[in-house]
Amino acid sequence: MLWHGDRDLRGVDAAILPGGFSYGDYLRCGAIARFSPVMSELVPAARAGLPVLGICNGFQILCEAHLLPGALTRNAGLRFITRDLRLGVENAQTAWTRAYQAGQQIVVPLKSGEGAYAASPGTLAGLEASGQVVIRYASGNPNGSAAGIAGVCNAAGNVVGLMPHPEHAVDGLTGPSADGLGFFTSVVAAVVG
Amino acid sequence: MSSPDTVARAQASPGQPQPFAELGLTEAEYGKIVATLGRRPTSAELALYSVMWSEHCSYKSSKVHLKQFADKAPSSSALLAGIGHNAGVVDIGGGYAVTFKIESHNHPSYVEPHQGAATGVGGIVRDILAMGARPVAVMDALRFGPAAAPDTRRVLPGVVSGISFYGNCLGLPNIGGELDFDPSYAGNPLVNALCVGVMRHDDLQVAAATGPGNQVILLGSTTGPDGVGGASVLASAAFGAAGGEGAKRPSVQVGDPFTEKLLVECCLELYAGGLVVGIQDLGAAGVACATTELAAGGTGGMAVRLDAVPLRDASLGPPEILMSESQERMMAVVEPDRVPEFLAVCAKWDVRAAVIGEVTDTGRLIMTWHGETVVDIPPSSAADGPVYRRPAERGTDAEALAADDPDALPRPVDGAALRADLLALIGSDGLADKSWVTDQYDRYVRGDTVLAMPEDGGLVRVDEATGLGLALATDGNGRYCRLDAYLGTQLALCEAYRNVAVTGARPLAVTNCLNFGSPEDPAVMWQFAEAVRGLADGCAALGVPVTGGNVSFYNQTGTTAIHPTPVIGVLGVHDDVRHRLAIGFGRETIGEPGAAGGSGSSGAARIVLLGQTRAEFGGSAWAHVRHGHLGGRPPAPDLDAERRLARLLAAAAAAGLLSAAHDLSDGGLAIALAESCLRGETGCTVRLPGDPFTTLFSESAGRAIVAVRPGADAAFDQLRADHEVPGAAIGAVGGDSLVVEDLFSIGLDELAAVHTGTLPALFG
Repeated sequence: MLWHGDRDLRGVDAAILPGGFSYGDYLRCGAIARFSPVMSELVPAARAGLPVLGICNGFQILCEAHLLPGALTRNAGLRFITRDLRLGVENAQTAWTRAYQAGQQIVVPLKSGEGAYAASPGTLAGLEASGQVVIRYASGNPNGSAAGIAGVCNAAGNVVGLMPHPEHAVDGLTGPSADGLGFFTSVVAAVVG
Repeated sequence: MSSPDTVARAQASPGQPQPFAELGLTEAEYGKIVATLGRRPTSAELALYSVMWSEHCSYKSSKVHLKQFADKAPSSSALLAGIGHNAGVVDIGGGYAVTFKIESHNHPSYVEPHQGAATGVGGIVRDILAMGARPVAVMDALRFGPAAAPDTRRVLPGVVSGISFYGNCLGLPNIGGELDFDPSYAGNPLVNALCVGVMRHDDLQVAAATGPGNQVILLGSTTGPDGVGGASVLASAAFGAAGGEGAKRPSVQVGDPFTEKLLVECCLELYAGGLVVGIQDLGAAGVACATTELAAGGTGGMAVRLDAVPLRDASLGPPEILMSESQERMMAVVEPDRVPEFLAVCAKWDVRAAVIGEVTDTGRLIMTWHGETVVDIPPSSAADGPVYRRPAERGTDAEALAADDPDALPRPVDGAALRADLLALIGSDGLADKSWVTDQYDRYVRGDTVLAMPEDGGLVRVDEATGLGLALATDGNGRYCRLDAYLGTQLALCEAYRNVAVTGARPLAVTNCLNFGSPEDPAVMWQFAEAVRGLADGCAALGVPVTGGNVSFYNQTGTTAIHPTPVIGVLGVHDDVRHRLAIGFGRETIGEPGAAGGSGSSGAARIVLLGQTRAEFGGSAWAHVRHGHLGGRPPAPDLDAERRLARLLAAAAAAGLLSAAHDLSDGGLAIALAESCLRGETGCTVRLPGDPFTTLFSESAGRAIVAVRPGADAAFDQLRADHEVPGAAIGAVGGDSLVVEDLFSIGLDELAAVHTGTLPALFG
C-alpha cells in the first residue's frame, strides 16, 4: 500500500489507484488528488511504462493528471448509480486486459456519480482509431458516456482507466461474477513475465 | 467579545430573567435546575441543561417504559454490552463481536432532506465507532407521504441523495432497509439510519472519563454554529401546522463525510495503539452531552476550557459551543504521557485535535472561558435528567377502528380479478421495485457484501477463512401498529427476525427506533406504552435481547400524529455465508444435482409454503391498495411458530437443501411469489391449497416460501417434521410466467414492467 503523502513508489512493479472519494471529491472528482505528493513520482513512472490501473475515482485522477485522455463528468440523470453491467472488452492487448479475448463480454458492477466519459470529437476519433477504447458498455449506456466508453488506455497500453469495478467481480459470493479477475491476473502475468 | 455570564455573576444576579421556555424547558424543569445548583444557572449552564434534558437526549417521557427491555430481557450469553452504552455489543463467535444501532433523523430530514439524512448516517456511524468497532455496513428505514404527493418529490430525492452522498463517501455498503409510503407521514417523513460494526472482543471501548489527570481531547471537525439546539428545539417539539419549516431551518447540521472517513480510520488506529482510556461520539447536544456523559460515567469530575475548542466561527460563546451539533467530532480521554503519540496519529490522518480539559476527582463538571468559570455542576444532574410518567389512554377512535372489519370489503371473484389485484399490489408505491432508490447506494464497497436489497435481509461476511457472517434486517408496519400497537410491534419484530432467518442466519439481538407522535397526547403515549410492552414481551418469547435503540417523539404536524411506527432491527449470525439463502427462483436450480440427495437427481425445484395461513386482512396491503381501508385487527403473531420456522430455515440452509427462501409479509403469498420470480428471472407454477383469495393475499405471520432442491424433498420434509413447521408443497419453479393453476397466468415481462415502472415514473 502506497501512502498518498509519500513521494515514494517503493519499487512497486505496478500500481492501482482504487475507487473512493479522494479528499471527499467536493470539488471535481480527482482534481485535488492529482496533486498528492505520491503523484509526483507516479506520473513519470507511468510515462516510462509502469503498469497503472485507475478504477472509478482512480480513473478520474488519471484523467486529471493527463495520463489518460478525456474526463469523467456527472452521470446523465445526475444520480449516483450502482448496477451490475455487461461490458465488452475491446482491447485485450493492454497490461491489464491480456487475460481476456477481444470481443469477450463480462459482467462487472458500476458504482459512480461522475462516470460519464467525455472527450472532444477529435480525441474520441483518435481513441477509436488507435484501439484505446479498452471496454465499452454492452447493454445500454448507463451514464451518458461518449460512445458508451467504460474504460480507455494510453497509447502505450500500460495505463488503463475503468469506471466499473472489477475488484467487485472476483467471486460469485460477493459479486455478480468472477469476470473481473482477469484485470488482475493480466498484470501479474505482465510483471512476472 | 462580550463578557460571559459567569457563575459569579449568576450568584450576584439571582433574579435575572432567563429564556428557559425558548430553549424548550418547562418552568418546573427550570426550577429544578435552580434547586440543584442553589442559584440561577449561567447562560452556558442553561444551554447545557436545555439540551441534556430535551426529550431527544434524556428520554424523559420514555424511560419508565423502556426499562422493560432490561426487566424482561431473556438471558443471552451473547450480550457483551447492553442498553445504556452508545450501542449494544453482541458476541458472534470466533472471537468477533458485533455492535449495531438504529437512530432517527426525522425532523432534520424534513427541513433539509439532503443534509438531514446525510448527517443521520454520520451520527449513527460515530455511535458504532465509539464502541471500538470498525463500521462495516449501513441500512436505512424510510417513510414518506404518498409517492405521488408533491412534497414527497421534494423530500424523497433529497433524503436518498443525502444517504447516498454520506454513506458512499464513507466507504460503507448500504445493505438494505425499507421504504414505504402512507399519507400519515406526509408532514413527518421518517429517516432511520442503522449502522453495524465489527470488532474483536478485547477492542471494546467505554464512554467514561476515568483517572484524574487524564487529558480530554476533542478531535475531528471544528465547532460551528450549525445544529445549535437541534436536539432541544428541533427534535423535541412537533412541527407547527404552518410555518414550522422556516422557523427550524437554521438548526440542521451540515455533513462532511470525508472528514468522518478520516476520523474513523484515525480512531481505529488510536484504539489499536492502546492510546484511548475512554471515548464518546459527539451527536445531539455536542460538547454538552459528551462532557457530561463522560464525566458522569467516569470518576465524576472534569475541568474543561471551552476557549480551547477549535472554532470555525470565532464569534461563538460558551452556550453556542456547548449546544453546537457540528458533525464529525469525537471526545477522547487520554493518559497525559500518551498525548504526544495520540496527536501524532491524528496528524497522520489530517484530523484536528485539541486538548480541552482534564479528568478531576472533584465530582463537578467545571468549564471555564478565558479563565472565568461559566459552568459548575454535578455532571449526573445533567446526564440523568427528569423522568415523566405521562398520562396514557387508549385513543377514542380505537374501538371504531377495530370494529371496521376488512371482511366486509368486496373481494376479487375470479381469476381475472385476482390477477388484477396482484398487479395492482406489485405496482403500488409500497411494494414496487425500489431500485430507483437503492441503485443510488453502494452495496459492494468493502467487498464483503453477500446479500443486499432487494433480498429479505442484508448479509455481510466477517471472516473470509471460516465464512462467519452477520445478517441484519429492519422492519416496521405503521398500519398494523395503528390498529394495535402491541401486536403491530410484535409483528415488526417477527418480520425482521424472519427476514434474518430466511438468509440461513440465527437471530441474536434486537435494536429499535420508536417513531411516534407527541408524548403529551395521551393517545400517542398509550400507543408508545403498548409498543414497548409488545416488543419487550416479544423479545422475551423469541429469546433475543434488546441491546439499545432510540426514541423519536413529536412526529406530528398540528394535532395529527404519524401512524405509530416502531422500526425493529434484528441482528443474526451466519455460520457460513457460502450457505446463504436468497429470494430468487433460479434457473440454475433446475436439473442441478441435489446437494443432499446425492448426484444425478434432476427436475424442477419444488416450492413449499411454510406456516399457517388464516384469513387475516386487517392492515393488509390488499385492503390498503385496493380499498384505501385501514381497520379491524392485525394478523396474530405466533412467536413460538416464528422460532421453529427460524430454526428450520437455519438447519435447511446449512444442509444445502434449499435453493431459495423468501419471507411472506405485505401482500402475502402473491407478492412473495412474484418477487421470487422477478429476482431470479424465473417463473413458477403453483396450485393453491385453500381459498384462492385468502391463500394469495392474507398476511398471516410466521410464513415463508422455500424452493427445495431437486432430490432434497425427503430430507427437507423430515427436517420440517422434526421442527414441527406446517407446510404444503404448492408447485414448482420454472418457465417464464407466474402461473396459478386454473386461475391466471402473468408473464414475467408484464410483471417486471408493472413492478419496476412505478418509482421512475414519479421521480424521473
